[in-house]
Amino acid sequence: MQNYFQELSHKIFQLIKDEEILLLNYASEDSDFVRLNHNKIRQAGNVRQQDLDIDLIIHQKQTNAALQLSGNIDDDISKVKTLLNQMRDQIQYLPDDPYINISTEINNTETLEENQLPNPNEVLEDIINTTRDLDLVGIWASGSMARGFANSMGQFNWHTNHNFNFDWSIYHQDDKAIKQNYAGFHWDHDYFEQKIAFARETLSVLELPAKNIKPGPYRVFLAPSAMQELMDMLNWGGFGLKNHRTSQTPLLKMISENQTLHPHVSLFENNREGLTPPFTKFGFLKPDSIPLIQNGKYTQCLVSPRSGKEYKQHVNCSSEYAESLELSSGNLHQDHILEQLDTGIFISNLWYCNFSDRNACRITGMTRFACLWVENGKPVAPLNVMRFDESIYNILGKNLIGLTSEHEHILDAGTYHQRSQSSSRLPGALIKDFRFTL
Amino acid sequence: MDIQHYISEFKSIVPAVDHWSLRFVSNYSESLSVRQGIVQPPELNLTCGVHLTLMQGNGFAYAATSNLTTEGFGHIIDNALRWLESSKKFGLFSAQDIPLASHSGNYHSPVSQPWDSMPLNEKLDQLQKINQNLRINDSIVDWQAQLNHRIVNSHLVTSEDINISQTFHYIYPGYEAVANKGAETQIRSGGGWGTARQGGLEQLARYDFPLSAQSTAEEALALIDAPQCPTGSLSLLLKPSQMMLQIHESIGHPLELDRILGDERNYAGTSFVTKDMFGDYQYGSELLNITFDPTITSELASYDFDDDGTTAEKQFLIQDGILLKPLGSSTSQVRAQMSGVANARACDWNRPTMDRMANLNLEPGDKSFADLVSNIENGVLMDTNSSWSIDDSRNKFQFGCEYGRLIKDGQLGEVVKNPNYRGISATFWRNLQAVGNSDSFEIWGTPNCGKGEPNQVIQVGHASPPCVFSNVEIFGGE
Repeated sequence: MQNYFQELSHKIFQLIKDEEILLLNYASEDSDFVRLNHNKIRQAGNVRQQDLDIDLIIHQKQTNAALQLSGNIDDDISKVKTLLNQMRDQIQYLPDDPYINISTEINNTETLEENQLPNPNEVLEDIINTTRDLDLVGIWASGSMARGFANSMGQFNWHTNHNFNFDWSIYHQDDKAIKQNYAGFHWDHDYFEQKIAFARETLSVLELPAKNIKPGPYRVFLAPSAMQELMDMLNWGGFGLKNHRTSQTPLLKMISENQTLHPHVSLFENNREGLTPPFTKFGFLKPDSIPLIQNGKYTQCLVSPRSGKEYKQHVNCSSEYAESLELSSGNLHQDHILEQLDTGIFISNLWYCNFSDRNACRITGMTRFACLWVENGKPVAPLNVMRFDESIYNILGKNLIGLTSEHEHILDAGTYHQRSQSSSRLPGALIKDFRFTL
Repeated sequence: MDIQHYISEFKSIVPAVDHWSLRFVSNYSESLSVRQGIVQPPELNLTCGVHLTLMQGNGFAYAATSNLTTEGFGHIIDNALRWLESSKKFGLFSAQDIPLASHSGNYHSPVSQPWDSMPLNEKLDQLQKINQNLRINDSIVDWQAQLNHRIVNSHLVTSEDINISQTFHYIYPGYEAVANKGAETQIRSGGGWGTARQGGLEQLARYDFPLSAQSTAEEALALIDAPQCPTGSLSLLLKPSQMMLQIHESIGHPLELDRILGDERNYAGTSFVTKDMFGDYQYGSELLNITFDPTITSELASYDFDDDGTTAEKQFLIQDGILLKPLGSSTSQVRAQMSGVANARACDWNRPTMDRMANLNLEPGDKSFADLVSNIENGVLMDTNSSWSIDDSRNKFQFGCEYGRLIKDGQLGEVVKNPNYRGISATFWRNLQAVGNSDSFEIWGTPNCGKGEPNQVIQVGHASPPCVFSNVEIFGGE
């Protein structure tokens, strides 16, 4: 793929005129997807796709186009030629754009990863045989992904991943289930078997009569996968410069009223440990790390090229959305978390969160999967699903008791249009007075 | 796309199997946007690819590619055959039970004012004027307008010589104004923002595009200074812009048969609805009539055939409040041994079909909008969805809207901000007290319904009149 993108970009740059600048972004994947239900194959298949995104800049005017490539150089060049002519026709009607911002330094990079992926058909057989007596439902996704950037000024960047992401749930009955995930680069049967053994232990708790609780405040432990849902909400406009400068961030009170989170809360975009490419859509390189919140105080924004120009800030991302978010760890030990929780709710997963009052950073959502009622440090019953409605200023502020010392590296299982490269490193959190409403 | 050429290429190399189908899909879209008076870089998008399904014995599998060459067809045949073997060994159900398409045909979205009938500079001028009308005050801190267009061509060809060709034209207009004072920000949208229709530029007037730009900004400003929505068990009048979401989340998703069959339990969730409830379950009050209706031409998901080639027709899913039929495609119907509708849909060539909402509508009643208001003693009107959350069985929900107004003694009163309400699907619809008439019936929909593994986002239509619900738990912000 790298050779193809190099050859294609070289030929495309021969098509442009002197005053034209061209930026090319390439994305491809060759992925197997297997959907399972009741531990059998519901749908299985493979998707091969290559996308090319083109930015044409003439003086202070810019237009964008995207197309899917066939992989046949003559066909693809022919399509690009047609599209380029369409873009040239369009650009003459555009007024000058004051916020065009592209990197003019030449920064070539190459990230190549060894492909250690297993034969997916054999792994699926292993999964089905290992969980033969269980009601397993989920998705296997695996294969190679590539991202490339080239511009007509001579920059070339390349980045590849070869990984799998198996995301599944094992059901007891109705909505009582344990959700698990195994993502990585090479398949380890023993590790998978250990996870399934843990699931079997948890199922024995899910078989107990479920507990209903009344609305009100409760002491809870949010496992890293539950924290992920809350981080996704903060990430929805919380960290971008444009959202800050237009007062649309859900963290508005941290800016306008100097509201703070708990001093143990530090959030940063950890590009160095993430899976995303080190380069951005407009050719800028990303810093290794961007502190977003430090010791509970708002520190820095994610700055896209366009916002960077508009608000005169240095560019540090492609889009103003964290893709490798890390929340600093604390001093609670995962192995003792049930004792620390004492009596309350172990929340394994949250679900379908949204803002109920964006200005107050108040979030509503549901518990899901293996959420357990814990008494005196022992899980005694699964919890019937409950709705919470609570502000982040409480959850990660005055009601935060502590964070675990261990992080979980969560690789996003998302596959909208193409497999996600986002990931996060999150601890669990022990919280008091977490408010349930329905 | 030269479909006949591709089919010839494919036929020359496909091995003998019980059945094959090819679904070619191409998309062409143009996106225009002006923010704070600055024209954003316009976007053109051109995608195309093919989705192959193979069936042999009891197994079936798919493969998809953007490489429409002999080499590309060779790859998808090899990959589909590879997964076909695993499917034969571990399949959830037999491919021999899957019904096959049996009718050929064509569909084309009616368009009376084509996208190209208005030159680019005129479209941009219109978006600039909207920007001027949105910026009515220094408290409007951000504002933007958009006008997007998309054409989708879909061709389904099968080994039984079925040939279905469908062409869809969509239009995506809208604008929003962001008002701020200190730590208080309110966003108001209008002109069709967040929804879409089939057709051409003639659809814009249906969303008051561009005429409502100034009133949209005025409402954003009014919200900034408005009191919070009150808390209490009150009557709730939902406008069609929010009925869309209410229907979608608490009727549409729970009635999807693949959810009931458990396919979505790891991602989108299951359903509080079970197979034994169809035929006699009282889903709502007797005023509740829900249809699967692919025949309203300007609604987002109107079509003659679903993506498996099943002929689509209007059907009642809930009639006089009684649950009759699930949103189940031909394959799910066989699996569940139930009847259903033509709703096997895929978002693009690179994803397989599954059960989806299409156009899911609430049929009109007999009350004018004035009648609905005048019969409310103490309640809140809510307009335009802004927040949505519901449990994985699609039962406990909480929704929020951009704009609220109090209703006291049959009169519309002051504006309130952050209007929210919560409830339980299984009981909420039984409190449906009044349904607007056909004059108040509006066509909405969402281009962004997410579901499935691998994930798919698809367009669905929802048309409804305004409706009144009693004894709803309503509340505001902090």
